[in-house]
Amino acid sequence: MWHRIAEQITQTWVRVSLLVMLALLAALLIMLIGQSMDAFHAFSWKFLVISTWDPVHRIFGALPFLYGTVVTSLFAIVNAGIIGVGSSIFLVYVLRGTLRNVLGLFIELLAAIPSVVYGLWGIYVLAPWLQRTGEPFLHKYLGFLPLFSGTMLGVGFLAGGLILTIMILPTITAISRDVLQAVPTDLIEGAYAIGATRVESIRYVGFPFARSGIIGALMLGFGRAVGETIAVTMVIGNRPQIVASLFAPGYTMASVIANEFTEATNPLYTSSLYEVGLILLLTTVIFYGGARFLVWRMSRTA
Amino acid sequence: MSQGIREKHLGLRKAKNGLFLSVAGLLLLIAVLPLFLIVGYVIQQGLPDLNTQFFTLPTEPTGMPGGMGNAILGSLEIIGFATLFSLPLGIGAGIYISEGRIGWIKSVSRFAADVLSGVPSIVVGLLAYVLVVRPMGGFSGFSGSVALAILMIPIIARQTEQALRSVPSSIREGALALGARRTQVWLKFVLPSAAGAVITGFILAFSRALGETAPLLFTAFGNEFWSTNMMQPLAAIPLQIFVYALSPYSDWQKEAWTGALILVILALSMNLVSRVVERRRFR
Repeated sequence: MWHRIAEQITQTWVRVSLLVMLALLAALLIMLIGQSMDAFHAFSWKFLVISTWDPVHRIFGALPFLYGTVVTSLFAIVNAGIIGVGSSIFLVYVLRGTLRNVLGLFIELLAAIPSVVYGLWGIYVLAPWLQRTGEPFLHKYLGFLPLFSGTMLGVGFLAGGLILTIMILPTITAISRDVLQAVPTDLIEGAYAIGATRVESIRYVGFPFARSGIIGALMLGFGRAVGETIAVTMVIGNRPQIVASLFAPGYTMASVIANEFTEATNPLYTSSLYEVGLILLLTTVIFYGGARFLVWRMSRTA
Repeated sequence: MSQGIREKHLGLRKAKNGLFLSVAGLLLLIAVLPLFLIVGYVIQQGLPDLNTQFFTLPTEPTGMPGGMGNAILGSLEIIGFATLFSLPLGIGAGIYISEGRIGWIKSVSRFAADVLSGVPSIVVGLLAYVLVVRPMGGFSGFSGSVALAILMIPIIARQTEQALRSVPSSIREGALALGARRTQVWLKFVLPSAAGAVITGFILAFSRALGETAPLLFTAFGNEFWSTNMMQPLAAIPLQIFVYALSPYSDWQKEAWTGALILVILALSMNLVSRVVERRRFR
């Protein structure tokens, strides 16, 4: 009799837990769609292409935030992709033993540092350095590109992109490392046996095998970068504008919610922020889901 | 390669090999550098002010000696309640995803847990605002706990699921053969033998919640005074760091660094502890 009750309780607990988790995901979608209805009715699809964000005149367009998010995230994914994949190649194919473990651990520990600490370091160390050294240097040698011209403030797209680069680096390195390690050693040894150098065996055997996993890692990193809030808010300058210069201050979808949600005074303003949140959710879900699928398929075939 | 190996080519190929690998090595050095730059600077800036006053005094106006005592207390309270919600729900969902009978529900739930763990924390803050802050009529520590719990549930569920999956099925079969019920198998055989990894997952979720700032901005909101009332706005360490960092006062900025040092020490040590627990499991 007592066993029966215990069993019922356990079964219920497990089922309720699962339902709560699924309900949370559904609630997120329903809540964001519901709350952003006002903004959607007011601007419909033009919300995505209006580049004015003017609470006083109640005109809300998300384009500057989309632009800022895409620019900083792309910058981060290109840099972190190169550094992360390069590092993982060195970790997997060159290093052995303790050194491999320790260096791998150092990179993974980066993921443990809280976002707000990155932001703090960003405004007091990275941004001043950029203003005094980094940006003048870029301007001197690459200033003919509109990307590296304009006033050098320290805070802006470049600072945001660099902070994101550091923050998504551990994700990309860890997953690339796992998928490269999952390449069957027979294949690599086979390549060595027919006289390939180490790099050739990586390029022609290891890489094709791990390709979808690495693409998954990059998508996952991109999804992280898109959703990252506090660190970016602290260094991006928070000005909704679309300019070609990486030195200029910008704004991202996540940071506008962080900054303006508590001070949004009228319903249309709040609703517009919810709609920005909805776009943010859909973007990260697409990249996260896609990445998970690729990494999952890769680990299946391995 | 199909042309066969000629001496001239071999030299070129070896040079390429060397060049490529040194570039990869250089990239690895670049990747490791930020950890030392950031942690080193946080220690250098934060350590001088790390004293008992920092733990015992609340926020004070600039110019007066102050600390983060209220924020430390608030953080403990918010995360304590978040744990209370998320631990049973996360482990329960993890058990279902691993041990449940219906295949497609398991796959869908696993995918849902993945997606949920990828949702930006600021969006989770919006959900907590609509679910808790608005109905309650104001910012509160409780709503902060809900937000953090939503972030912790998928992490704990995923880690539990993976931990349970690594338990050999012979244990389940053996227990069933002895006449144990399915739920008894979960609670008395599978869960205990995966306990180490489940704890690891919890520690990781906890340390992530400890550093979260964005979802607390419009839930817990922050508070300058001593408070333990979960129904009122409550201070939290990361929120305090955020506010202090953006303030123009140098003594507040110093406290922000000390707060950051505490967060970094906690986050890194929890991460290392979870690794030790994890490794012990495989021995």
